[in-house]
Amino acid sequence: MSGIPIVDARDVVKRFGEHEVLSGVSLEVAPSETVCIIGPSGSGKTTFLRCLNRLESIDGGTIEIAGERIGTQLGSDGRQQRIGKQELAAQRAEIGFVFQRFNLWPQLSVLENITLGPRKVRGRSREDAEAQARELLRKVGLEDKAHAYPKLLSGGQQQRVAIARALAMQPRLMLFDEPTSALDPETIGEVLDVMRTLSSEGMTMVVVTHEMGFARQVANRVVVMDRGAVVEVGPPDQVFGAPREERTREFLSKVLAH
Amino acid sequence: MNPLLAAFETSYFLDQLRPDSALWNAVGLTVGISVVAQLAGTLLGLVLATSAMSRRRILRTLSGLYVWIFRGTPVLLQIVFWYLGSNLLFGFEIIPRDLDLGIAIISGNVLAGVIALSLNEAAYMSEIIRAGVLAVDDGQLEAGLVVGMTEGEAMRRIVLPQAARLIVPGLGNEFNNMLKTSSLVSVIGVTELYQNGQVALSQGFKYAEVFAAVACWYLALTTIWLLIQVQIERRLGRSDRKAGERFFERLFGVGGARRTYS
Repeated sequence: MSGIPIVDARDVVKRFGEHEVLSGVSLEVAPSETVCIIGPSGSGKTTFLRCLNRLESIDGGTIEIAGERIGTQLGSDGRQQRIGKQELAAQRAEIGFVFQRFNLWPQLSVLENITLGPRKVRGRSREDAEAQARELLRKVGLEDKAHAYPKLLSGGQQQRVAIARALAMQPRLMLFDEPTSALDPETIGEVLDVMRTLSSEGMTMVVVTHEMGFARQVANRVVVMDRGAVVEVGPPDQVFGAPREERTREFLSKVLAH
Repeated sequence: MNPLLAAFETSYFLDQLRPDSALWNAVGLTVGISVVAQLAGTLLGLVLATSAMSRRRILRTLSGLYVWIFRGTPVLLQIVFWYLGSNLLFGFEIIPRDLDLGIAIISGNVLAGVIALSLNEAAYMSEIIRAGVLAVDDGQLEAGLVVGMTEGEAMRRIVLPQAARLIVPGLGNEFNNMLKTSSLVSVIGVTELYQNGQVALSQGFKYAEVFAAVACWYLALTTIWLLIQVQIERRLGRSDRKAGERFFERLFGVGGARRTYS
């Protein structure tokens, strides 16, 4: 690994009340790397991903994105302090996030969904933002849907628009939270194809997924999580072909059996 | 036949509906008081609703107390309080006798009435706005956060416009009510529509004619408002196939937005 990692998470702890959801999770992601996080539901995968762009605050450990501490900074008293709203928003703008349930804005057309961020956050002109949006729609295969409203699109189409919306901010990192879990089986492939292309173009990606085929083919490394901790990390061939940990074998035997 | 109806003077009744009648002037005051009170009440309601959903406990408490008091006492009492009661309670009048705006002088009782109705309305609008905002999925706000909006920006650009669709039907109810509730300011001597009817009565004692005319005027106002409300709902519902019923569909319940199953 050379240079500064895009993601550098160390010993991340997260509690919801008494319940410890993450108990010391560490992960480094190098530029242009694609990392897939797999594991049983309730293992903390999604929570960890949400901590990476501080949709959740953390109770211990550190998270740096491209060398910059996210959500906090060193105060004059030598302790970490929360940064301001504007600063946090600016950090988040650099990190694309794709939700399981798409979360497109239903009152806006596809084109407006994609251009709102670039126009209002980045201050780009309408013409400029729309030209870029059309280019992105072409990339995800939906150039004819620019003026449609999200409701009229299939799940797979909505998720591709959501990916285009995230890409429009020109992020240096893309986070995917189970992007195909809410989709009909026949539309999963079209979303995975877009993600595969992104990965091959050198986008840095962290993908929480249940698509073992995708993880095996596309990931540079696979992270197995269980009960709020990382069980095993390795190249997909190793994790899927010759897992070292008993818990990995147990999990894989359940998801690959059918 | 009922002697009151037998003596009904249709021409006198119709005269009261003319734009040059005494009632017509009062219609303007009723609309003016209602519109200003509804606007102010809605804006203050937005502040109260935001406070009610704040992370800071003190704001939530204050907002809760406000709604508790203003929703828990009769608006009639509140109107009298702002006009007369403050003098009894504090020893001075909160509301000046008259307010000179330069272009017009607003008399003290109108001002007190508008303030009382606004403050009362805010308590109801606060609950309607809060319910609307809470009904918008959290994921909508988060989708704004992840493209780099602050919480305030995401609220303003994404959540509130969506909540507006849920708020408008409630707001419509409220304004319809406001047009009629504003008649209560007659108790502090404001000659709005209802009070003006009383004045007209004292001139001719034609109860049936005057009350029928006053009722017609209120019905006309609420009908016009329904027309406007339907347009607003259609506009806000552009992305939704279910929205978009027209005025007559709404008025007579034909066609329009029934529940659709998909």
